[in-house]
Amino acid sequence: MPLDILIVDDSAAIRKILLRVLAQTDLPIGKVLEAGDGVEALKALESNKVGLILSDINMPNMDGLQLLTHLRTNPDWSQLPVIMITTEGSQAKVLEAVQLGARGYVRKPFTAEQIKEKVLGCLHEELSHGTL
Amino acid sequence: MTNTITPADISSLLIENTEKVFSVMLGMAVSAGDAVQHPNIESADGNVVSLIGFVGEWIGTGSVCCNSEMACRISSRMLMAEYAAVNEEVLDAVGEITNMIIGNFKDAAEQLLGPLGLSTPTVIYGRNVRARNLNGQLWTTVPFDCEGGLVEVKISLGPRHSANGSAKTGILVAES
Repeated sequence: MPLDILIVDDSAAIRKILLRVLAQTDLPIGKVLEAGDGVEALKALESNKVGLILSDINMPNMDGLQLLTHLRTNPDWSQLPVIMITTEGSQAKVLEAVQLGARGYVRKPFTAEQIKEKVLGCLHEELSHGTL
Repeated sequence: MTNTITPADISSLLIENTEKVFSVMLGMAVSAGDAVQHPNIESADGNVVSLIGFVGEWIGTGSVCCNSEMACRISSRMLMAEYAAVNEEVLDAVGEITNMIIGNFKDAAEQLLGPLGLSTPTVIYGRNVRARNLNGQLWTTVPFDCEGGLVEVKISLGPRHSANGSAKTGILVAES
């Protein structure tokens, strides 16, 4: 079953790049949704079932760490895998994201290979847990 | 941690991170020129100026400046589409490149200065833009030759509390 993915980033440029990277993979990816911040992401999740989120950290309205906190406290989304793709590289932020359950962390600037590798890692993990 | 940062430290970190961002995200080689220090950002007609604020115990601004042709070229490489004129997508792409360069600079500078915070980028496209830091800090600018075009990366950074105890923050941007 193809994996639907939600991209959360306030930069339309980054969303466009990630869309292109995902389209170029031979991974079983279905629909790719976009959100400009955490608030839009939660709204998208209410009406769409996704299997993976790629999220920035520094965003207006609701940042990526606040989004992670919301996801972990909602039983419907608490196990949803999230990969952080961000410029934010301070150890404190990385640690916070990991403690909140982020499955992966990619620093900007990133290569297409880095994104593919992280998404593939999540896919394997989900398949081995039988959640896909 | 030394709690100080020199103009030489700033220019070295800017060169390292600008080269990395241009190479990884755009597949473009850049060549750094000599760093200079100056009080204001002055741009020629049609320039694109992207600004990100530093917040916390050290305050200031990071900036990427280029002309509209270079902004379009950066966006075309980044988004793999042709841009002949500055539009929302071009401004967004320049803002994101700025975010990556200054964000990576911030992470490296934290080794010297302790935790730093960043605002989200603001991108200005206009004629005769002039920007001045309200805290009076000088800008350290590194010019980069980018396949025949010019990109300038600038940092103005100083302790939040000046010698007289004031903690002015912000940047004044004006069209002359």
